[in-house]
Amino acid sequence: MDIHEYQAKELLSRYHIHIPRGGLAYSPEQAAYRAREVGGDRWVVKAQIHSGARGKAGGVKLCSSDHEIVEAADSMLGRTLVTHQTGPQGKLVSRLYVEEAMDIEREIYIGFVLDRKSERIMIVASSSGGMEIEEIAEAEPDSIIRATVDPGVGMQDFQAREIAFGLGIDNALIGRATQTLLGCYRAFVDFDASMLEINPLVVTRSGDLVALDAKMSFDENALFRRPHISEMRDKSQEDPRETFASDRGLSYVGLDGNIGCIINGAGLAMATMDMIKIAGGEPANFLDIGGGASPERVAKSFRAVLRDKNVETILVNIFAGINRCDWVAEGVIKALREVGVPVPLIVRLSGTNMEEGRRILAESGENIIIAETLAEAADKAVGAWRSYTASKAV
Amino acid sequence: MSILLDKNTRVIVQGFTGKIGSFHADDMKRYGTNVVGGVTPGKGGQTHLGMPVFNTVKGAVQETGADASIVFVPPPFAADSIMEAADAGIRLCVCITDGIPSQDMIRVKRYMRRYRFEDRMTLIGPNCAGMITPGEALMGIMPGSIYLPGRIGIVGRSGTLGYEAASQMKALGIGVSTSVGIGGDPVNGSSFKDMLELFEQDPNTDAVLMIGEIGGPQEAEAALWARDHMKKPLVAYIAGLSAPKGRRMGHAGAIISAFGESAQEKVEILKGAGVTIVPTPSSFGETVVEVLSTMNKAA
Repeated sequence: MDIHEYQAKELLSRYHIHIPRGGLAYSPEQAAYRAREVGGDRWVVKAQIHSGARGKAGGVKLCSSDHEIVEAADSMLGRTLVTHQTGPQGKLVSRLYVEEAMDIEREIYIGFVLDRKSERIMIVASSSGGMEIEEIAEAEPDSIIRATVDPGVGMQDFQAREIAFGLGIDNALIGRATQTLLGCYRAFVDFDASMLEINPLVVTRSGDLVALDAKMSFDENALFRRPHISEMRDKSQEDPRETFASDRGLSYVGLDGNIGCIINGAGLAMATMDMIKIAGGEPANFLDIGGGASPERVAKSFRAVLRDKNVETILVNIFAGINRCDWVAEGVIKALREVGVPVPLIVRLSGTNMEEGRRILAESGENIIIAETLAEAADKAVGAWRSYTASKAV
Repeated sequence: MSILLDKNTRVIVQGFTGKIGSFHADDMKRYGTNVVGGVTPGKGGQTHLGMPVFNTVKGAVQETGADASIVFVPPPFAADSIMEAADAGIRLCVCITDGIPSQDMIRVKRYMRRYRFEDRMTLIGPNCAGMITPGEALMGIMPGSIYLPGRIGIVGRSGTLGYEAASQMKALGIGVSTSVGIGGDPVNGSSFKDMLELFEQDPNTDAVLMIGEIGGPQEAEAALWARDHMKKPLVAYIAGLSAPKGRRMGHAGAIISAFGESAQEKVEILKGAGVTIVPTPSSFGETVVEVLSTMNKAA
């Protein structure tokens, strides 16, 4: 789960990480008022969306008067910003953050991630801040410093010091840099983060170390013990198809194709999508219905898939392990009658009682295309999708 | 025997008296698994499904001589249950639970290192379907009927995709020595490489099918190990050809976040290490048949 920059900064400031003075605004008037509260004579108005690279998309503007702030706020609020991280549909701006502008001497990158190889929290730092870490890895690979933390004892002062000296930070600021790094580590652990990034962390002309931008993501498996993090969820930043599905307990990822998928198990779901692609089609979504595949869950899944208006065919692929194909078949028919599926439907059932399941589907009188193997299911889905779009075009 | 599990393995169920634990304890017992009891704190002394219930894993081990445990404990408490098993001298622990926080698993892995390598428990999972040695014993939630006893080892992350592979093989008359689901989480107990090492040493396994997916370094690590150390043929499939970068595909660990983690990149690494690639998820069976026939010609 992602949060906004202003939320991440608020969390980090509790760990004694310095952030610029700033305030949240929902309207141009509020933005101008915030600037006056903050004080000074130059401010930055920043669109709050769940994406980096906002500057290039017009989501970050430096202002030096009330008038400029109102104008900048007006140009951002209600607009959809498209960055290379948001995808072509972009993200809606409904909140702004107004901050005092900093006099920047240099920019540093620091990030904390879960390193899957060492199975530990890893700190990644570079003296070439301001760019994205992928760009740094490409352009300045030697500038990257890495360290992992022993979970038994946590991050040690010397590790933070080594990184600070490695980044070439002045002696006078080493203490502050150490505090910043240790604070980030504690915040990462205390909130069950999966990613924490300060980019850039800036050395100011006045000799301070300030988090100019901050990004945090959280381990969704740990949200049960972090209700105050769940509260920060902003559904306006999510794909509405995914919000609909996740509110109903389904694991769903929206994609750009036309063949909707309802499958049990994440691995089989990915493999079925691969098979659709190999057969010449494009999947519209990933959807793992989970272990049960009860009529209620099947009906919810049909509703979630059909919310995507690009869906022109649906493929259901269930391998019944714990449950039985005859139950799944009855669930599919019940869901079909309840929801109404206006596009071709291909169903492949496999596993326990599959003959019985296929018989129930065939004798239901519903317009269901039955497939026996994975390859056949994908071929039939792509074939049905082609004739459906051809008939629509006429 | 095959790897890790056979009909003599003495199994206890953690989270025994819950709905899911009860269902699968019964199912495993009917398959032939030597289930000897279970643990539910606070219910020690009771009898459940005709078997004794214990308050602690240590108590269960003392009374029943159990050497393996399967965990059906809910996510907030599952890490604690795994560590309890490790401390009680359990040799093999299979954790089915999906949804354990990553930092809990980091702690579990660190905790297990307090035991010397030869005393260390083997952890399978979490977030997996478990494991089966067909015809002998089942420690998991998979349907036993789709596995034919035989001489091919299977190791995969996903449950149902593993079922797909096993049933394709069964349709062609090919059996399985042991099938292990290592689970879909970013931090897990045993890696692909750990399982390949065991299959390579197992006299009852002739070849291994590895079913990987996007995300993480484990498939590449396993392929490089196989290139340098494995004499038995390795066949592999990587799911997630159509998965976009940076999106979590169901499994907590199925996310492309670094170079080398996409399906295409992993396939290239595997090919480079001499691994036979299963070209589509509908050709698990036929690819294994081809590899076996090449082996027989060579022999």
